[in-house]
Amino acid sequence: MESICTENLCKNYGTVKAIDNLNLSVHAGEIFGFLGPNGAGKTTTIRVLTTLTRPTSGSVSVGGYNVKDEPDKVKKMIGVVQQHLSLDRDLTVRENMEFRARIQHLNASKRKQRITELLEYVELTEFADKMVDTLSGGMKKKAAIVCSLLHEPKLLFLDEPTVGLDAQARRRLWDFVRRLNKDGTTIFLTTHYIEEAEVLCDRVGIMHHGQLIAVDKPANLREKVGSIVVETLVDNKETHYQFFANRESANAYVKGLPADVKTVIIRESNLEDVFIEQTGEKVGGQ
Amino acid sequence: MNLFSDIYSVFWLDLRVMGRHWKSLIATSLVLPLLYLVAFGYGLGRGIDVDGVSYLAFVIPGIVALTAFSTSFNGASSKLQVDKMYYKSFDELLMSPVSSYAIIIGKALIGVLRGAISATAIYLAGLALAPTLLVSPLSSLIFLMLMLLSCFVFALFGVMVALLIASHHGMSNFSTLVILPMTFLCGTFFSLNQLPSIAKAVLYFLPLTHSATLLRSTVLGLPFPWLSFVGFLIFGSAFFIGCVFALKRSSV
Repeated sequence: MESICTENLCKNYGTVKAIDNLNLSVHAGEIFGFLGPNGAGKTTTIRVLTTLTRPTSGSVSVGGYNVKDEPDKVKKMIGVVQQHLSLDRDLTVRENMEFRARIQHLNASKRKQRITELLEYVELTEFADKMVDTLSGGMKKKAAIVCSLLHEPKLLFLDEPTVGLDAQARRRLWDFVRRLNKDGTTIFLTTHYIEEAEVLCDRVGIMHHGQLIAVDKPANLREKVGSIVVETLVDNKETHYQFFANRESANAYVKGLPADVKTVIIRESNLEDVFIEQTGEKVGGQ
Repeated sequence: MNLFSDIYSVFWLDLRVMGRHWKSLIATSLVLPLLYLVAFGYGLGRGIDVDGVSYLAFVIPGIVALTAFSTSFNGASSKLQVDKMYYKSFDELLMSPVSSYAIIIGKALIGVLRGAISATAIYLAGLALAPTLLVSPLSSLIFLMLMLLSCFVFALFGVMVALLIASHHGMSNFSTLVILPMTFLCGTFFSLNQLPSIAKAVLYFLPLTHSATLLRSTVLGLPFPWLSFVGFLIFGSAFFIGCVFALKRSSV
């Protein structure tokens, strides 16, 4: 079953095409990653899918409901964690949760029950009555995520969920996202971290200049360009990448390289290689 | 869920924040009107008559209208601007099943509350200086109702402006170019009868003029200005429609 389906979706800001003819399907129950550099159109896509931005053209359905025609039904079934966290810093964690539960129409007893449950789920109970600004970056992320889970959404959008987190906090958050997914929540996340997309996502879509240039399982995407990559540095100037289906072919290629090629690295390919191969650019934009 | 519970849910957040800072919020909103009251009413205006009444009695309802205007406008617009531009928490409301009407009214209510508290405090201070303003209990009741209506209209104005203006710089320009001139020109400190008819006609296109006229007429026992009442309701409706337009313009 499709949790998200877009057909020929476009969003223009003046002459800039932020989303250019996007055709995308996200299956219920999966963790889908949207990978691409800043400005690729990832956040705009999330804003359109979550009713925050009107599309210029094309159709969008979320959970089987058309976003333009039935936005209220869409709103009831989604949870969204924005890149900027969108917590009210004049309130405590509990007050933020209380507010978000109220606007999701949870009654008083359900509000109390869900807030208690979720605070325990993310081990934030002892920080519940602290002002949001006093929490660490990882705790703020967790608080923002539980705020979006109060009404038990079927589909959770995470926009760059681990930006600004240290390595440990990032890995803890990955475990948390996996746990949510295991409990039945479909996850749609955007990221510009290659590792995050590879280790966390069942399928990955690669965005570039508003266009979806590839979508598949990370392993399949790597296989398509070649599982093994040989990096060579010629005249200490430019790095060249050559892709091979297996290590034997790569070794044979290295043996035949001219003597002036000095630095040679043979390694497994990753999604960054897929991105470079498809676009000629790095995910970071260089 | 009905509209009223949604309105309260939206209002709840701002109420909670106000609960944390209520002393400073009220104190700061009273400083300027109290200075106006002392400087213009009690100092400069002593012994002067305007339209047949003492200047003090004339200026007090004007300052009450001005207080309702500035406190309600700023009370509704400033938090909304912060939520929209810095915390981004306003997006959460837009992505929730709460209706546009509930968002608009809920966001205006904090302005109404803050405006009503400050304007009532100024009215009571004015009564202490000019007890003749207490014409009758009925006129005082009508005065308070009109003051609440003023706060609501000006809070809607604040919500509309905060929704339409996308930057802190833009908001600052709006305050300097629109709010500040309104403060002084809309018949708050002087009678519009002193102005040429063209200037008077222009000022009737500003909402504070009608609020000041309504409050002054009620408290001075003058005939009720129905034209200003209708005009003021039209302003309120226009601001509400403006808010709906601003919300629909961006989100689905």
